[in-house]
Amino acid sequence: MKKVQFNNRFIPYLFILPQISIIAIFFLWPSAMAVYYSFILEDAFGISSEFVWFENYKSVLLDSDYIASLGFTLIFSVLVTFFSLAIGLFLAYKTDKSIKQKGLYRGLFMWPYAIAPAVVGLMASFFFSQSNGDLYNFLNYLGWEFEPKSDPLSAQIMLIFVASWKQISVNFIFFLSGLQAIPKSIIEASLIDCKSSIKRFWTIIFPLLSPTTFFLLITNIVYAFFDTFGLIDTTTRGAPMGETKTLAYKIYQDGFLGADIGGSSAQSVLLMIFILVLTIFQFKYLEKKVHY
Amino acid sequence: MKTKQYASHIILVLMSLIFLVPIWVIFASSTHTPETILNGGLQFFLGDNFLDTYRSVLFEKSGYTKHITVLQMIGNSLILALGFAVGKVIISSMAAYAIVYFRFRLASFLFWVIFLTLLLPLEVRIVPSFEVLAKLNLLNSYTGLIVPLIASATGTFFFRQFYKSIPDELLEAAKLDGANSWQFFIDILLPLSKTMMAALFIVMFIVGWNQYLWPIMMTTEPEYSTILLGIKEIYQSNFEGSYLPEFNRAFAMIILALIVPVLVVILFQRWFIKGLVDSEK
Repeated sequence: MKKVQFNNRFIPYLFILPQISIIAIFFLWPSAMAVYYSFILEDAFGISSEFVWFENYKSVLLDSDYIASLGFTLIFSVLVTFFSLAIGLFLAYKTDKSIKQKGLYRGLFMWPYAIAPAVVGLMASFFFSQSNGDLYNFLNYLGWEFEPKSDPLSAQIMLIFVASWKQISVNFIFFLSGLQAIPKSIIEASLIDCKSSIKRFWTIIFPLLSPTTFFLLITNIVYAFFDTFGLIDTTTRGAPMGETKTLAYKIYQDGFLGADIGGSSAQSVLLMIFILVLTIFQFKYLEKKVHY
Repeated sequence: MKTKQYASHIILVLMSLIFLVPIWVIFASSTHTPETILNGGLQFFLGDNFLDTYRSVLFEKSGYTKHITVLQMIGNSLILALGFAVGKVIISSMAAYAIVYFRFRLASFLFWVIFLTLLLPLEVRIVPSFEVLAKLNLLNSYTGLIVPLIASATGTFFFRQFYKSIPDELLEAAKLDGANSWQFFIDILLPLSKTMMAALFIVMFIVGWNQYLWPIMMTTEPEYSTILLGIKEIYQSNFEGSYLPEFNRAFAMIILALIVPVLVVILFQRWFIKGLVDSEK
């Protein structure tokens, strides 16, 4: 914080009040309700309800559907994170090296950021459609029996591909600005010391990018967990048999469409704990970074 | 060396085509008649149905959206995106000002309250959020559409970081000149933050435009539909419905849903990158 500050008892509250009141009404209140509901069992008509302690959590964790969804979410987020990070870094590195066309390439790889996941999903639905979708026809022509409507593996691979396509641009933008922040003198010194450009990349440039990479790692996991909601809702909707359901999508399906408030709230709380752990982890790391 | 350079250019151009071609194909297909698309699939070359398709999609209340034209949907998306971006910039620049420039008792507690919002995205508290809105009678209203989305902390952190980078001498000098906290905020800090505000505004405009789940949940009356809601309706009628889909109109809506945010990103590139990269530090 600042060394010089205003000393006034009343005015700071005036400035912070708008945000705090919005948070209180639209964030804290519903979040508290989610926690409360997670301990409640309602009957089918919502007339009577009973406090059941951890009953909802128990049934969620014992539900094979939940475990399957957890498994898919983890694999999905690891693969989407890996592919979109690797390709984003590769494109940023190549773009950073091409001096004359840097602005052009930056524009070419940046704009997909602006497309909503739901729009990307709908486009993918047409390209992968079994009625004359070009990519559907192409993959089957190659001899792969690609059937996203009935074959879980096809659907999962399609989702990973589409979700990565959408996410590459974000990673590209951050890596490019990370690369541009590396001092010229370090690059020039490394040119003299090390002839191989691949070795130079892994021993000098990649370690210098590690704060960006770490930050993006968290961002990409959060993207795969939550922001892919719209993408799933306009492609597989969890089909064929729930094999492409992320945890966030399952909460929506169980809670909003299935009206299982207790179960879906328990899932929300579990997910909240997961993000809490991720955030603590992130801050621990950032603190470390500040020390040296 | 030369061949290596050419190789990287070829790779970069090919990769950029992976992003461009799908959009082009959707656009080209939108200029054909539905019969052509039904028989021949997606089209790579332009057809001659461009004006017909886009005119009927934009101005006619038919097809997917019986009660509202797509032009009205775009209007709703603009209201959402602008309201969200403006609200976010105002509210978070004020909150960050309180946190950075004042010493007050609840400062660190309130900072943590704001921080908490990062933990629970809307997607996972969707049912109780819906109930709160219903209790407050805010379903099917622009207030209910925009205000709950402003809660999150990203903008506040963005301005907090920026204010902290402003030298202390500025406040000392202002104090010597007898400026009070309100004058310092309006006359000195806000003019200094212009670029940062524009940058955050651009990023938040896109985030607001692309909201999907929240508008779907809390609008049941078609007059509040955003274009992203139209996208959901297209999915339902094309892949779950039983009647013959009007492909060209569907493709035109995809193009209309993405053209606004894409243009904003391209036209305001520098602000956009600044807003994106700085807000995440």
